[in-house]
Amino acid sequence: MLDYDFMRNAFAAAAIVAAVAGLVGYFLVLRGQTFAGHALAHVGFTGATGSVLIGISPLWGLVALTVTAGLGMGAIGERLVQRDVAIGIVLALALGLGLLFLHFYTAYAAQATALLFGNVLSVDAATVRALLWLGLVTVGLLAAISRPLLFASLQPELAEAKGVRLRLYSGLFLGIVGLAVAECVQIVGVLLVFALMVGPAATAQRLTTRVAGGLVLSPVLALAEAWAGIALAFYTDWPASFWITALSAGGYLAATISPAGRVR
Amino acid sequence: MNAIEFRQVTLRLGGRDVLGDASLAVAAGEIIGVLGPNGAGKTTLMRAILGLVPAARGEIRVFGRPAARGNPAVGYMPQTRSTGANLRLRGRDFVAGVVNGHRPGLPFPGKAGRAEVDRVLDLVGAAALAGRPLAETSGGERQRLLLAQALVGRPRLLLLDEPLANLDPRFQGDVVALAAALRAELGITILFSAHELNPLLGAIDRVLYLGNGQAALGTVDEVITGPVLSRLYGAEIEVVRVRGRIFVMSGGQDMERDAHRHDHGGAHALLGASHDHA
Ligand SMILES: Nc1ncnc2c1ncn2[C@@H]1O[C@H](COP(=O)(O)OP(=O)(O)OP(=O)(O)O)[C@@H](O)[C@H]1O
Ligand SMILES: [Mg+2]
Repeated sequence: MLDYDFMRNAFAAAAIVAAVAGLVGYFLVLRGQTFAGHALAHVGFTGATGSVLIGISPLWGLVALTVTAGLGMGAIGERLVQRDVAIGIVLALALGLGLLFLHFYTAYAAQATALLFGNVLSVDAATVRALLWLGLVTVGLLAAISRPLLFASLQPELAEAKGVRLRLYSGLFLGIVGLAVAECVQIVGVLLVFALMVGPAATAQRLTTRVAGGLVLSPVLALAEAWAGIALAFYTDWPASFWITALSAGGYLAATISPAGRVR
Repeated sequence: MNAIEFRQVTLRLGGRDVLGDASLAVAAGEIIGVLGPNGAGKTTLMRAILGLVPAARGEIRVFGRPAARGNPAVGYMPQTRSTGANLRLRGRDFVAGVVNGHRPGLPFPGKAGRAEVDRVLDLVGAAALAGRPLAETSGGERQRLLLAQALVGRPRLLLLDEPLANLDPRFQGDVVALAAALRAELGITILFSAHELNPLLGAIDRVLYLGNGQAALGTVDEVITGPVLSRLYGAEIEVVRVRGRIFVMSGGQDMERDAHRHDHGGAHALLGASHDHA
């Protein structure tokens, strides 16, 4: 199956994105902000469809809008960001706007499906290169702030007293989540970002109680699920996104109910 | 040198004076019990010392310097206890997250960091429970880990906001003894807020009683008196001593107990309202 260019591209793109999603997702789950990640993905849909309308590549439209929205949510403040109602409203509005943009650009129905549910088998070499650079930037930024971010997530009041600026790190982190979301959309689409960002990270947190262990296990699981999903798609001809979501959910379920989920 | 100095400090939150024009000084090495009813400003006072609540008027000094965030000489155990309660992260990593936590970089403590984690876990006697995930620890066990976090970085001043809340009498005694031992061992200054005076009696040097926007700092005998407390509560207060224990009463009710036991309702008989926490 590696004889085909599109398969090689798919595996390469999935590897990059899985690593990013696994690492960013670990902190997203730890901070209990998964819903915010979901909302950012929906905002991305508006960005992608909007950019098609004005003739820019959807990837950059996605990145621009998810990062802006992430930073904005951080600036508004932690409390508001965790408010389900506010996020839910933004989320619905973003999808609605995206739909409106599509309405103006009717030729792109197939593209809409790809955006919503992903189409990893159609990723080209140029996109892989873009993902690689984006991924390096994302992981680099995350690495730079990860210690104060962890401190602020575990013990915000003490962190604040010790001089950690909570708003700043919250904003930076959501900006990073925005970048990661934009990358995930290339593989599994706007609606299924959870499969890569949340599933593997949550599974990792059930399987290990260590920060270092989680930060290794989460991207490894994401990678395994993404690659296995693509391989299964190749042999079954069912969509890769379906397989990735199935593996993500299956992994989490197995970790939750199996005795291994109790391992320290 | 004074560990803490308030010079005519007014603390204002949401347009209301929580503390008005208070001046006080805590010497280095003292253990101070911070008391007062709900909303008296115990938490606000600690946050002001940390530089998180700016003084509306006056000046707060910590070891001679103006109070400011990020002072490594100050350790803090916040009152909020829910943080991390349902994480499947082991206690050790929960404490390790604090080591150098304000500096950018990767979240892995080096060799020195791990030694620091061992040190603080040993100090609070939490080494054995630090291997368990937080989600599987009790509230009291988590409290020990929070205390360990507060001790990271060898602070010279420790602010403990209600470390006895949710603890049964035996553990309350343990935590108070722990604070006394920390002071004896490390020579640090400790502010220890609580709703009840009696568990603290043997361990504290002085009390800081807050209420009605005012503060009274002094020995137990100076502060826990009818006239002083009547001023702080804004109501007629009677202080009753029974076998070395002290009860703050208003019209037959034990004020300190009622401060956190609203569910009891009605007036209490003096002895019926108190249980022994030897
Ligand atoms: N963020 C805030 N904005 C406005 N007012 C506040 C804020 N936080 C606290 N207050 C008010 O300031 C007063 C002091 O609150 P504080 O939390 O310091 O009391 P406390 O003595 O710690 O009480 P408790 O025993 O309940 O912990 C209270 O009246 C409270 O309502
Ligand atoms: Mg308080």
